[in-house]
Amino acid sequence: MRIKSTLENYIFVMPAVIIFSIFYIIPFIWVFRYGLHDWDGISPMMTYIGLGNFKEILEDKVWWNSMLNAGYITLIALTFQNALAFLLAWACDREIRLKNFYRVIFFIPPVLSEVVVGLVWQWILDGNYGLLNHWLIHLGLPNLARNWLSDPRTALTVVAVVHSWKGFGWGFLIFLAGLQTIPRELYEAARVDGANAWQSFRKVTIPLMVPVAVLVAILTILGTMQAFVLIIAMTGGGPAYHTQVPVLRILASMRGSSRFGYACAQGISFGIILIAISFIQYRFSKKARQM
Amino acid sequence: MRFLSLFSVCCFLLFGNAGCAPKKELQKPTITIWHWMTDRELAKKYESLTGTKVNLELYAPSDAYSQKVRAAAQGINLPDIFGILAEKRDFASFVKAGHILDLTPYMEENNGAWKNSFFSKALAVNEFNEGNSYGVKPGVYGVPIDIMTIQMVYNRGLFKQLGLNPKEPPATFQEFLDIGKKLKEANMQGLVSGWGEVWMIDCFANNYAFNIMGKDKVLATIRGEVPYTDPDWIRVFGLFKEMQDSGVLASGIVTMVNKTAEQLFANDKAVFAFNGSWCVNVYKGMNPDLDYAAILPPKVSDKYPMSVWGGAGSSFMVNARSKNKEEAVKFLLWLTDRDQQAYLAEVTNNLPANKNSLTRIPDILAQFARGMESATHPNVWGVSEFSAVIEAFDKGIQSIIIGEKTPEQVAAEVQKIKERELAKKRQ
Repeated sequence: MRIKSTLENYIFVMPAVIIFSIFYIIPFIWVFRYGLHDWDGISPMMTYIGLGNFKEILEDKVWWNSMLNAGYITLIALTFQNALAFLLAWACDREIRLKNFYRVIFFIPPVLSEVVVGLVWQWILDGNYGLLNHWLIHLGLPNLARNWLSDPRTALTVVAVVHSWKGFGWGFLIFLAGLQTIPRELYEAARVDGANAWQSFRKVTIPLMVPVAVLVAILTILGTMQAFVLIIAMTGGGPAYHTQVPVLRILASMRGSSRFGYACAQGISFGIILIAISFIQYRFSKKARQM
Repeated sequence: MRFLSLFSVCCFLLFGNAGCAPKKELQKPTITIWHWMTDRELAKKYESLTGTKVNLELYAPSDAYSQKVRAAAQGINLPDIFGILAEKRDFASFVKAGHILDLTPYMEENNGAWKNSFFSKALAVNEFNEGNSYGVKPGVYGVPIDIMTIQMVYNRGLFKQLGLNPKEPPATFQEFLDIGKKLKEANMQGLVSGWGEVWMIDCFANNYAFNIMGKDKVLATIRGEVPYTDPDWIRVFGLFKEMQDSGVLASGIVTMVNKTAEQLFANDKAVFAFNGSWCVNVYKGMNPDLDYAAILPPKVSDKYPMSVWGGAGSSFMVNARSKNKEEAVKFLLWLTDRDQQAYLAEVTNNLPANKNSLTRIPDILAQFARGMESATHPNVWGVSEFSAVIEAFDKGIQSIIIGEKTPEQVAAEVQKIKERELAKKRQ
């Protein structure tokens, strides 16, 4: 009877396992296998080079620089984007007028196409005919006008800010859902105990929002580290290597250099780094919750 | 019982009548072509003439097309006819992997009538010569559909506004740089180009490398016999600094995509553009009244002639594994015939690959066509630079333009990568 039950369970799980294996595990093994070869992606013959590609990645300065760039964008997303998302969610959770309207408005950027957003912002930030420079000059601040996307001092930050603008809606939605699960009685009890608004926020809202913040932070890191469509549309990874990110490097290896094997090794390395970051962050947040 | 009788009737209708049915005519095959820009009228015309259906599948933009072709090659699933938008090295890989039919026997038929109908420089892009460095069997592996040259264009109306004679474009690099001062005074944008898509920087720099040091020295550099730290190469890198300092480069050119450059030039917002002959059609679509002319980039030196990239614009290859390859070759033979080429030139404003079709083309296209005399292309050099070196070269030039690095620094960095790649090759 027990065997029958176990077998039944396995049968129910089997379709999902098969689909997961075909579309995730097998491709992963194949990508890893390609990563051990020197291959242009066209020739029928591949040359086995062991961990040669992985060794080369360790010495690839452009790759690690792109990783730093992605890290910088992620830092801005984690701080600016998530702080904005939380504050707006907190505001919309309160009894304010037109809160449903704001909820819709704040969720518009994430549903827009990244290419469209990139092109629109490229036009706004254009050094010659851009709207931003036009207004800066109009407001008597011509010294601030510049070619935002071609200037190495501003290109990456501008890309990071636009990425945050595009992505804050997801965080907003999750934070709002989290805030709405906090029982109102807790706020009432705090008020009865003489807590003011700030104390309620610090002692009730923040502790109960930590798990939500962890989830948002992990999603932000994973999403931002892999960002590339917006960057292609806005700067193409330039000027020089200033807005290069890991996914753009993988694309460059695969398409630009026809180094399919190296691109696969970069993909595997990048995946491992992301898993490691998520794991470390999870451990830290777990500790923070226990404190 | 009723079910059994119904089943019997169905079986009779299905199989019993089969013997009485008239024999179907042998169906002509359908040729499938993957292309990124095409005219479907010719496909219809070919079908009406021969009965062979031509199925044109459009995949755009060119990046996506390129990726699709590569993926199909990996899966041995290429269409009957396709194009390769990549370096000669990749083209060679496709040939060596058995994906591309050797068209030499067809080209040589009737005393080479088909081969001789093309501009030799257009055909050369698709040829592998004896002893080529890629190890490909010598032959012709592609059919050029149109030709192109990449040159400079200047806006005659804006030239007048700058107080310059529109009939006298800059002939020397110094004259070109001198215009920078006038551009600054008039608050106008100078040269626009898709230098954000780095290959156009490579093209521009190579033109001047040919002009400053000659073809032999450029090719010797690619072979690793001359370093990029050679004074001639530093001079080439230095030109970009000179252009930036003089103000002839449009602001934001380092991240500019060619589409933006085309919009700026077509809308009278930039005085110069560095673009391919395909721009004639683009500018016509954006601003039919645009008054402009094409010129060779102003030369730096009189020692060697100025060269521009040119040759086959787009080419078609026949899938060597296709069961319709004979039909595919016949279609390409027809497509590159004089009448079809003239029609394509008229409709697309591209220069025809068939030299007999260069009759009724507009003046601006004729100016681009004249550039064919100075045309060269990496795909005909017989040697290819390492991709990592090309990337460092192009990105290095971007760094010079944004004032981050000096020409000497970039030259040293490019040479370092060159030596690393050469060492890897020797291993």
